[in-house]
Amino acid sequence: MGEMEELRKEMENLKDQITAARKTFQDTTLQEAASGVTVVGRVQLKTRKTLRGHLAKIYAMHWGTDSTLCVSASQDGKLIVWDSITTNKVNAIPLKSSWVMTCAYAPSGNLVACGGLDNMCSIYNLKGKDGNVKVMRELAAHTGYLSCCRFLSDTEIITSSGDCTCVLWDIETGTEKMVFAGHQGDCMSLGVSPDFKFFISGACDFTAKLWDIREAQCRQTFSGHESDINAIGFFPNGNAVITGSDDATCKLYDLRADQELITYQDSSIMCGVTSLAASKSGRLLLAGHDDFNVNIWDMLKSERVGVLAGHDNRVSCIGVSSDGMACCTGSWDSFLKIWN
Amino acid sequence: MPVINMDELTDKDKAVMEVTQLKLEVKLERWLTSKCCEEVKDYIQAGEEEDTLVKGISEDKNPFKEKGGCVIF
Repeated sequence: MGEMEELRKEMENLKDQITAARKTFQDTTLQEAASGVTVVGRVQLKTRKTLRGHLAKIYAMHWGTDSTLCVSASQDGKLIVWDSITTNKVNAIPLKSSWVMTCAYAPSGNLVACGGLDNMCSIYNLKGKDGNVKVMRELAAHTGYLSCCRFLSDTEIITSSGDCTCVLWDIETGTEKMVFAGHQGDCMSLGVSPDFKFFISGACDFTAKLWDIREAQCRQTFSGHESDINAIGFFPNGNAVITGSDDATCKLYDLRADQELITYQDSSIMCGVTSLAASKSGRLLLAGHDDFNVNIWDMLKSERVGVLAGHDNRVSCIGVSSDGMACCTGSWDSFLKIWN
Repeated sequence: MPVINMDELTDKDKAVMEVTQLKLEVKLERWLTSKCCEEVKDYIQAGEEEDTLVKGISEDKNPFKEKGGCVIF
């Protein structure tokens, strides 16, 4: 018993040191720093396209790097690749397991991936020789559900899981290259840095962690949220992290300051955040909530400047295309909407 | 390399992992938040004018514009 006591004391001591160190570097808040900036004018985005075709709740979507194609995953057991401009379905891929929770589009456009309660990440080749889309690999080793996945390239993918770990996979051999352990709760979401050297994970232990991909090392841990972190993403310049939580708030953490710069919250917002995306310049934060709405925040002024209302059920996923021209929302109402 | 099964770790194992991690994090070199806030502000202001979701886009330049149909005023 003495050993655990000692370890706990050491833990508390170290945490206090970190808190004190962070305080000495906190000489201003983002609100103070942006006090001279005028708040952005009211943002009124319109639904330009509705992508119809799924027959059940949509759980995830991801834009392709061409800003035109996107992939969505639904518990109707399908992955659909859409042309968001024509609204045509480019591929409709039937899945072995319909309990899908995440999907991803490879930067090359050649592959898509998905996974969920089957604890596996399945990789599909969109550019197969005979034109048929087939399962290329099934990455199995997690002992919990697959919550999120993101490609680094056609040969590597990172997954996050309800087993509290994240894994870097070699797609060709179908094996685990690196395991990222440290979270003490289900990992719910992950985001890859613009330079592909780091990734961030948000978990049910209320923390976000920054990982060095090649060293398999956790570099930083960010706390402050009062409940599960469901959504996470890098701020466009790669030097800050945005999180969304069941505590109904979003936070912006700076990697170099190693602390929170601001919390996006409003007493009238009581529903958990399910998904988030930043606009291309980083000025706007779009956050999807359990209450069917997407709140649009001015990231500098921490003021709500708009709402996307158009879905008839929870907004489960949101993404801004890489050229910044549009935002896509996916919902439990089975539709995807394109807005700008 | 086997996946680490968190269920198989004892409370002591988990505590040792956490303490090891905290020892790394306590040594981090940190920047002043003022410097970081300036950078965030500068980055945003440099890209705002080109940000479609902030500035909007004219119908003729919008690749997602709605085609044809009736417009109800």
